[in-house]
Amino acid sequence: MRCFLIILTTFFFLSCSSSDESTNYVPTPVNLEIPPLFNSLLLPPLIPNDNPQTLEGISLGRKLFYEPLLSNDGTQACASCHLAEYSFSDSNRFSTGINGEMGTRNAMPIVNLAWNFQNNFLWDGNASSLEDQVDDPIENPIEMNNTWPNVIATLQATSDYPNLFEQAFGTTIITREFVVKAIAQFERTLISGNSRFDQYLLGDSNAITLEEKNGFNVFMDENRGDCFHCHGNEFNPLWTNNSFHNNGLDSSFEDLGLGSVTGDPLDYGKFKSPTLRNLAYTAPYMHDGRFATLDEVINHYSEGLVYSNTIDPLMKNIAEGGAQLTDSDKADLKAFLLSLSEPGFTTNPAFLNPN
Amino acid sequence: MKKIAFLLIVLITFSACNSDDDNNAPQFLISVSHSHNWDGDNVSSDDIGTTEYTNENGEVLKITRLRYLISKIILTNSTGDEISIAGNNDYNLVDLSDNSTLNYATNIVVPPGTYTKISFVYGFNEEDNVSGAYPDLNTANWNWPGGMEGMPNLGGGYHFMQFDGTFAGPGIGDDLAFNYHNGTARVSDGVFEQNFITFTAEGLSIDSNTVIDIKMNLAEWFKNPNTWDLNAMSTMLMGNYNAQIRMNQNGQSVFSVNLGD
Repeated sequence: MRCFLIILTTFFFLSCSSSDESTNYVPTPVNLEIPPLFNSLLLPPLIPNDNPQTLEGISLGRKLFYEPLLSNDGTQACASCHLAEYSFSDSNRFSTGINGEMGTRNAMPIVNLAWNFQNNFLWDGNASSLEDQVDDPIENPIEMNNTWPNVIATLQATSDYPNLFEQAFGTTIITREFVVKAIAQFERTLISGNSRFDQYLLGDSNAITLEEKNGFNVFMDENRGDCFHCHGNEFNPLWTNNSFHNNGLDSSFEDLGLGSVTGDPLDYGKFKSPTLRNLAYTAPYMHDGRFATLDEVINHYSEGLVYSNTIDPLMKNIAEGGAQLTDSDKADLKAFLLSLSEPGFTTNPAFLNPN
Repeated sequence: MKKIAFLLIVLITFSACNSDDDNNAPQFLISVSHSHNWDGDNVSSDDIGTTEYTNENGEVLKITRLRYLISKIILTNSTGDEISIAGNNDYNLVDLSDNSTLNYATNIVVPPGTYTKISFVYGFNEEDNVSGAYPDLNTANWNWPGGMEGMPNLGGGYHFMQFDGTFAGPGIGDDLAFNYHNGTARVSDGVFEQNFITFTAEGLSIDSNTVIDIKMNLAEWFKNPNTWDLNAMSTMLMGNYNAQIRMNQNGQSVFSVNLGD
């Protein structure tokens, strides 16, 4: 009797949903293309329940990412400072906004952000979701210097955007929420997981050189590079821990980093560990782009560490300036780091300007 | 009208189900929490980077980071039956800075009886300590080097603990780092010793709702039986066999359990 009732009830609810859905437009669901190592080693990517990936949403987000109408004078898009050829970062130390003013930090690369499980974005963790991160540059006076009402009105007045929003979200009424959701959907597709080192880990023993393999040994050796405590390992293909550290750049801080967000003096001078993927394209390095080359970065950890009271204890031998790597270790480490770059990522047609 | 009738029938049916089950269900709940102290003084996230502690060797230190792995928490009753107090994955990465990790399992229903023994593993035992096997721990960067042929190898698997901090150097502003990291001990190339600790508390009497607090006395890591000299062993300890074994020896006395309502 109970079974009968349960079956009856199931039919009842199924028929209800069916009739409801027939009146609602549903865009085409899309799964992210997850690299094999991510699939086997990491948790599934974070997709917000209220912003599922859809074919139409991603397509709209891509168009908006390259859309200069988002800026106040119609000259700058997200892609102006996050260029595909630089793994969606900026080769300039500081990006220049529409009024000619420069920021104080280097534009972060946009890669594999759907696996940021801590949900803290930007160098200082000031955005708590990818959608939140997308929102800020629009009104930032030294970036796009626009207002959301103006953005909405501008897009609404175009001939194509209302239809594209309807396809993506079922309405021609454009909103701030839909704009950031669409761009976030596109950004979640910016996945890089097919470097030569990935191929090596997947079984192609010829994919990397002996020098690069030696470099990985330096990377994983606590007595030498000790890079793995913050920057991943063969079982963490993100090559970042997505956490914040003071890595010994300065003895005092003009930029408080995480501390500017939390207000906690213990967080002063802490910045997010960036991914080591695509370093071949993301120079300059560090939150303020102070190092033009990877050699400078390696030299910093080897001889250039500076003490401050929030420096991470993982920075060792500070009195001597750092890890004291040999020239040979430095060369090998650099070679390994570059083997994490994926040329195909920067030229992927699905990521380029559709406009 | 039909819809309402159906809903009523369904409601009554499921209510009846629940009622039947409740009659047989043991109303006996176990929760597990983690707390930390320094020789009895409570240590919480508020103490990170602020409170100074003096270890047995006289060094004054501050905690920057404390994360460790607890697995296989098992209750045994008076007739020898074992119940696993499992979280989602049968292990918990405890992070002093993240209060959400300090409650490992809450309101786990256990069969009625008197439970006299609790045991757990600090770290992973050999069977569970499989390189790369746990996606959440991989994402947390918790891996211990090793597990791939031809790659750096300290035995693989996962860290058991990362206890990082600073201790006072010879002058003001000369704080030095310590990285008290524990895991599998590497004896020599390709030869390793499992270094986990199985903790057992017996003679208990748990027969009603109970919160089991697993307490870690951080001071014990530095004093018993080995008085730890941070000036001699502070960093680069992962591949140091003697350091790893001494951590294991000192770790034998850091845990205790406290039973509460």
